[in-house]
Parts: sequence; structure tokens; C-alpha cells
Amino acid sequence: MSVRRLASEQPQSFAISPDNLAWAEKQLLKFPEGKQASAVIPLLWRIQEQEGWVSEPAIRWVGEFLDMPYIRVLEVATFYTMFLLAPVGKKAHIQVCGTTPCMLRGANKLIDRCRERIHPEPFHVSADGNLSWEEVECLGACVNAPMLQIVPDTYEDLTVETLDKLIDDIQADRPIKPGPQIERHHSAPVGGFRALTTPELYDGSMVGQGAGLAAAREAIAARAAAAEEAARAAANPAPAEAPAAPAVKAQGEADKEKVPDQVKQTVPASDPSVRPDAAKKE
Amino acid sequence: MLSDKDRIFTNIYGHHDWGLQGALKRGSWDGTKTILEAGRDWIVDQMKASGLRGRGGAGFPTGLKWSFMPKQNDGRPHYLVINADESEPGTCKDREILRHDPHHLVEGALIAGFAMGAHAAYIYVRGEFIREREHLQAAIDQAYDARLIGKNNVHGWDMDIYVAHGAGAYICGEETALLESLEGKKGQPRLKPPFPANVGLYGCPTTVNNVESIAVAPTILRRGPAWFSSIGRANNVGTKLFGISGHVNTPCIVEEAMGIPFKELIEKHGGGIRGGWDNLKAIIPGGASCPIIPADQCEDLIMDFDGTRAVKSSFGTAGVLVMDKSTDVIRAIARIAYFFKHESCGQCTPCREGTGWMWRVIDRMARGEAEKREIDMLLQVTTQVEGHTICALGDAAAWPIQGLIRHFRHEIEERIDLYSRNPRPVERQMMEAAE
Repeated sequence: MSVRRLASEQPQSFAISPDNLAWAEKQLLKFPEGKQASAVIPLLWRIQEQEGWVSEPAIRWVGEFLDMPYIRVLEVATFYTMFLLAPVGKKAHIQVCGTTPCMLRGANKLIDRCRERIHPEPFHVSADGNLSWEEVECLGACVNAPMLQIVPDTYEDLTVETLDKLIDDIQADRPIKPGPQIERHHSAPVGGFRALTTPELYDGSMVGQGAGLAAAREAIAARAAAAEEAARAAANPAPAEAPAAPAVKAQGEADKEKVPDQVKQTVPASDPSVRPDAAKKE
Repeated sequence: MLSDKDRIFTNIYGHHDWGLQGALKRGSWDGTKTILEAGRDWIVDQMKASGLRGRGGAGFPTGLKWSFMPKQNDGRPHYLVINADESEPGTCKDREILRHDPHHLVEGALIAGFAMGAHAAYIYVRGEFIREREHLQAAIDQAYDARLIGKNNVHGWDMDIYVAHGAGAYICGEETALLESLEGKKGQPRLKPPFPANVGLYGCPTTVNNVESIAVAPTILRRGPAWFSSIGRANNVGTKLFGISGHVNTPCIVEEAMGIPFKELIEKHGGGIRGGWDNLKAIIPGGASCPIIPADQCEDLIMDFDGTRAVKSSFGTAGVLVMDKSTDVIRAIARIAYFFKHESCGQCTPCREGTGWMWRVIDRMARGEAEKREIDMLLQVTTQVEGHTICALGDAAAWPIQGLIRHFRHEIEERIDLYSRNPRPVERQMMEAAE
């Protein structure tokens, strides 16, 4: 459990911007009536985007806006670790992932560099007030390790050198490029694709094929035929023992035959009986 | 190797248009109306026949889960909740679906919602995935504009899809904690029963599915369950997004057949182990909570649910973490112990206190600053946490440590010996070897 407290120094008041107020009103529409508390996380997040951090007056404001007890909002603000409870660097708050997948690829060196260049302690603002840093838990970009996040973007495949450059660029107000900081396309392997190289995937020829769709159409037709049969039987009661029940059962039998849902594991994928679409393509 | 035509996520690298036009061209939203017309029971039967097991880690059959929803509506609305709170260290597959192939998920949400009688779906995205959330919302907006979803849409089933998000709590990936979070509370798991299928979001019947489970459903229904179940081994069928991270030459995400041998996965997609196959020390096969597997058991390892269980680990989310011989394996597991200590929600005492206790002890062991009898004591404490908590986080925190002691007890002992011989220098030396 991570123990988090509100900052000792708090502003006197909080006011939401008109744009954000309109946005907040719209958020409430996502949830059923009386369940407006569901919007508490998005609202606190929006406030953090506006103010840079979440202050006590802001927490009170959210409580009033959502008609929630103040303590419930305070619980949420202290439970979820992305809410910054004290001011951070003006230009950037650097969140370095330090969990094992990133650690194995050198995240500790990045953290050491942050200690050297920003502040020896996390959450402390640098001397010029521009930067701060913290070590966070897995940010979910493990194949691009080591990485860091400066909300809202991630910066991936880092080295100490590229981190240095990143910090220099932020300090000099130069634009920084999100994503991998090496020659790499998102999460694809370095050096080029090893999968998804078939051009037919992208020219529209994947549309309109599929054994499943054919089975669906057959199921629909079988049901329509059975319904028709049942209607005819009901309209013409001559053979007394032919009510709807057998018809429904017959439909079930028909479906079972037509829908290939019980294929043996031993049948190869290329077998046309398993994959009519594959046969068609070849 | 899986052929490209059998891959479901054809834009996983984001090298084509992720929007609606691109998705239509790649075959999304093709015949969705026909699938819905075939009926709710037909869809559930097809999903059961496909053999798809949930992709979020536990591997529960998806079709069966859908069938647990009440058949008749008792006046309470039904909800579909999609778990995009991907936070397990080593796992980063859902991120690629959300940002590069979101229409698979939107279409899947419509079909799954229909199959369980739900008119509303919430997609709970982890707070850190900000750009991913934006892409997903844009894809949903495109689908609304094209009247593929929403009220009076072309498919004849009213469906509203909303994006919600968290703010950095791993525990919200647990389904009932996710529901609590979605209701605007702390993400602390609920006791089961009652199960979400009866009492879930806002007290209504709810099914929680992983992003990948929902996103593969449309393609499975389109191509037929026989196609899907023909890939892989019995009980472990289909395709799966693998993430390869750690000490490989080219870490990447790739969709492969279930049951691919570990060696093939690493050689073909990961570009081989850094420094060659013989340099492999151990792997964690499916996210941080899975016990470690030493190199000698990786030789013939089959990457699926049963294959990993055979070596006393688990398949998890298939985010493979590779460690070469330079790894300080004790420190690597100690960092995972710290992760679970940080992410424990604090509700159950064995987990709240136990995760911190285990981390402090194993952190000392990583420095060698411990006694050998403490290894057994640590092992015994893991069994006191495991199975004594409301949710599985206690288990997840215990397993990596149990795996470490099972396979690398000798290393812990050596380190303790090294430290007791000469207390000071060890710490510095180990700190350097940590990377």
C-alpha cells in the first residue's frame, strides 16, 4: 500500500474554468441518474490538468459538484497514485518506470540521472522550478523499455544520452518527439517487420469471406423455415400431433448439422471442410 | 509460424489507418448485422465452440462467461464492462489494440453486449493510457457517426459505449475492484459471491471481459469457431498477442499461434536472446505474478496455458520477460515484490502487511544481509498470504517469491555467504550487477 497525504501548504480557494465546467456537466451524462459519483476520477484528473496538481479546496469542490461526502473524494484522491497532491515542476514532471521489465533494460541509470540533474529526491522541484521526477510502477510499454511518461505522452527506448537530450530540449522549450527515441516503429521489432507483411491484408480482400458468416446465414434461414413450418402446422391442425415443439427441435437438429461447431482438433486448419474461405482464396 | 492471413489484429503496429475507413478495409464491421440476426444463443454457442479462453490472465472460457448473464431481464439493466486496466508488469498488448486497432474492440463490444442483453458498455482504460484513450474515443465517435452503434443504429440493437478511466491503481484490473472504481470509489475488491453476473456495476448484472477477449470475438464469429479452434493445441486454442520484453535483441509485440514453442517465439520474433541462447538465465512467462522459469526448463517450453502449468508457472497475459545471465535475479524479483507492496489496496491484512514484509526481507536478501533460516521463513510467510485474501493480489505477490526460492535458493545462499564473509563491498557490487 502506498501512503499518501495532502500537501501541508494549500491554496485558499479553487475555481474551475468555464470550459472545464461545461466538460464536467457532459461527463455526468455517461452515467445513470444518481450515479454521478462515477465521474469523480475523470473530474479530478481534469482538475489536475488545469491546476497541475490536486489541492484540498479542489477536492471539496468536487464533493459539492458530485453531491458526494468530502471524505469519499479525499479517499479517491489519496488512493489513486496518478493524482499529484503537491505542485510539481512547471515545465515537466518526469515519471520514470522502474518496474522489473524496465529495470532489466537500464531504468535505474535513468533514475540516477534524474537524481543528478533534477533533484536527489523524487517529487522535489528542481532549483529553477522547471522539473521534478518520480519513479512509477509499470506504465504498460514493456516492449519499449526503458521508458518514461510526461503526461500525456510516453518516451520510449531510452538511454541516458537520450534522456539527457530530452531534459535539455524541455529546458530550452524545444519540441520533443513522443514514442520510441530510436529508429523504431512503435512496438514492432527494431530493423523491420517480421509479421503483417502480406499486402492482401490491406487491399480490401479480407472483406466478405468467412465460414462463420455463412453459418450465421444458415442459422437464420433454418430458424425462418422452422417458424414457417410451425405457423403452417398451427393453421392446419389436421395431423393433430404436429405442434410447434417438434419443429423447434428439428430446427435445433438442422442447426447442429449446418453449424460446424464440433470440429475435431486433429483436422488441419487447411482442410477445406474446416475453412471454406481458405480453399476459396487458394 | 502463424500466417499473416490468420492474424486477427492486422494493424497492431499502427502502420495503416486505425480509423473507421482503414478498419472497414481490413474486414472489421463486415456482416455484423448477420451475426446479430443469428441470435443471442447462436453467438454464445459459437463462442463456446471456438474454445476461446479469456485473455486477461485467468483463462476462463469467454463463451461460458457470457452465458452466465441472466437470460431474462428482471428490470435491472445489463452491463458489459471491458477491462482495459492493463498494468501487469511485462504486459502491453491491450495498449496496441486501443491505439492501433480500436474498431475490433468497438465492434466486439456491440456483439458481446447483444449476446448478454446489455445496451451499455463501459471501457475502463488505465489512467496512464491517455493517448490510447483518445484513439479509442475517436473510434467510438466514428462508429456513432456511421450509426454502427448508438440508438437506432443500422444493426438494430441499441448500444451505447462509454470510455471511463482510472488513475494509476493496478488493483483496478481485478474485476470487482474495477467495478468499485467505476462507481467512483477506492478500488478495493468485493467479496464473491454475489458474482458480477448477478450483482455487478450499480448492483446490476454485469460481465467484465479483457480487451483482447472482446476484440477477437467479431473475427471468430466471422470466420467460424472451427477456424479459431484449429490453431493451437486442444484446450489452448487460437491466436494470442505475445509481448517479448527484457534481454532479447528485438523486443516486440506479435500475434502468434497459441502453443508456439518458447524458443521459436524468441528466435523468430524476439531476434534471439542477447548474447545467444546459452546466455539465457530465466524467464517470467506471462506478467510479473507468474513464477519464474529457469533456462533449463525453457528448452522445450510450450507457450500456452497447459505448457506453462507443466513447469509450475502460468500463462498469464503472455507478456514474456526474458532475463539473461547478467541479471541479478534476486533483485529482479525483489523489485516485483516492491511492485505488489506498492499496489496492495490495503483492504485485507495478510496482503497489506504481508507484501511489505516480504519485500523488506527479500530486499535484504538481494543485498545478502540475511540469514539462511530466513529463506524458509519467507517461504512460509508467502503461504500465509496466498489464499487468505479477498482477491488474487495476495497470491500474485506470493508466487514470484515462491518461484525464486524454488529455482534460485542457491543464489540467495551464496549471496548471504558473500555478505557474511565481508559485509561492506557486497552492496556496491550487487548494485552494479542489477542491470
